[in-house]
Amino acid sequence: MNHQRKTGVRRWLKGFMLKRMHRMITCKEFEDFVLSYLDGELTNRQRSVFEWHLRICRECRDYLAAYQRVAELGRAVLPSPNEPVPEDVPEDLIKAILDARER
Amino acid sequence: MPEKPPEHEDALSETPLHGSPVEAERLVRDNIGWMLALAQRMLGDRALAEDVVQDAFIAAFRGLPTFEGRSSVKTWLHRITVNASLMKLRKLKRLGEQSIDEYVPEFDRYDCRIETPWSTFARAEDILENERLRALVSEKVATLPDAYRIVLHLRDIEGYDTGEVAELLDISTSNVKVRLHRARAALKKLLEPVLRGEVR
Repeated sequence: MNHQRKTGVRRWLKGFMLKRMHRMITCKEFEDFVLSYLDGELTNRQRSVFEWHLRICRECRDYLAAYQRVAELGRAVLPSPNEPVPEDVPEDLIKAILDARER
Repeated sequence: MPEKPPEHEDALSETPLHGSPVEAERLVRDNIGWMLALAQRMLGDRALAEDVVQDAFIAAFRGLPTFEGRSSVKTWLHRITVNASLMKLRKLKRLGEQSIDEYVPEFDRYDCRIETPWSTFARAEDILENERLRALVSEKVATLPDAYRIVLHLRDIEGYDTGEVAELLDISTSNVKVRLHRARAALKKLLEPVLRGEVR
C-alpha cells in the first residue's frame, strides 16, 4: 500500500513537472513525435525538446528502444524484393495475358 | 532505407514501346516473374497474385500509348502492379481501417507512459537467427490488419516514401504516418515477450 502510494505520488509529480516546466513535453505528447523524430523531420528546437524528454524519462527511453528494434524486426521478416524471383511462371498465365491483349 | 525499384537495365527502357505482339510477349516474359513475386508479397497468396498480374498487364497494355518513358519500364510496371494489388485488396474489403486500439501505448491520468521496466532486451540478430523466434515474429506481423501491414510494407520494404504511399492508398500523408506508427506500436506490444526474452 505504502509502495503504491509512493509510486502514485512519483507519477503525479512527474506528470506535473512535464506539463508545467519550460521545454518539457508529457509522454503522451512525446508519442506524437516518435515517427517524425526517427524520420529526421523535427526542427532543431523540436528535436532538442524530444531528446530532453528522453533523457529524463526512463519509460519513454525503454519504449523508443523497443519500438526501434521492432521496426528493424518488421523490415527483416517482411518478404523482401531481394529474395530470388520464382522461375516457375506458368505458361498458361502468360498465354492468358497475351490473349487478353488481343481482345 | 530500402532501395526504390532499380532503374531498369533492359533495353526496353531505352527504346519507345510500340506494343507489337513480339514486343508485348517480351515485356511479359521479362517482367512477369518479379511482378508475381511483388503481388504475392502484398497479398500473401499465389492465386490472387496471378489474377493481379494479369490485371496489371492489361492495364499496362492499355497505358502503353501514353507511357512517355519518364521512368524506367520496371518502375512503371512496379507502380501498376502495386495499384492492381491494392485494388484487389479493396475488392476483397481487406483495406478497411480496423481498430488496433488494444495494442496502442498506455498512459496514466497524468499523461505519463505506463511501461514495465526492461531488464532484458533481446538483440534483433539473435531473434532473427533463431528459426522459431523468426517464425513467431513473421506470424505476429501477419496478424496486423492489412490496412496497417500494407503501409509498413510499401514504406519499409518496397521503398515508397510517405507521400507516394498516401497517393497509392488515396489517404492523407498524416494518415499514412498514423498507420505506420500504430503498426509499429502494435507490433511492439505483440512482440514484447520475444524482446524481453520470455519466449526462447
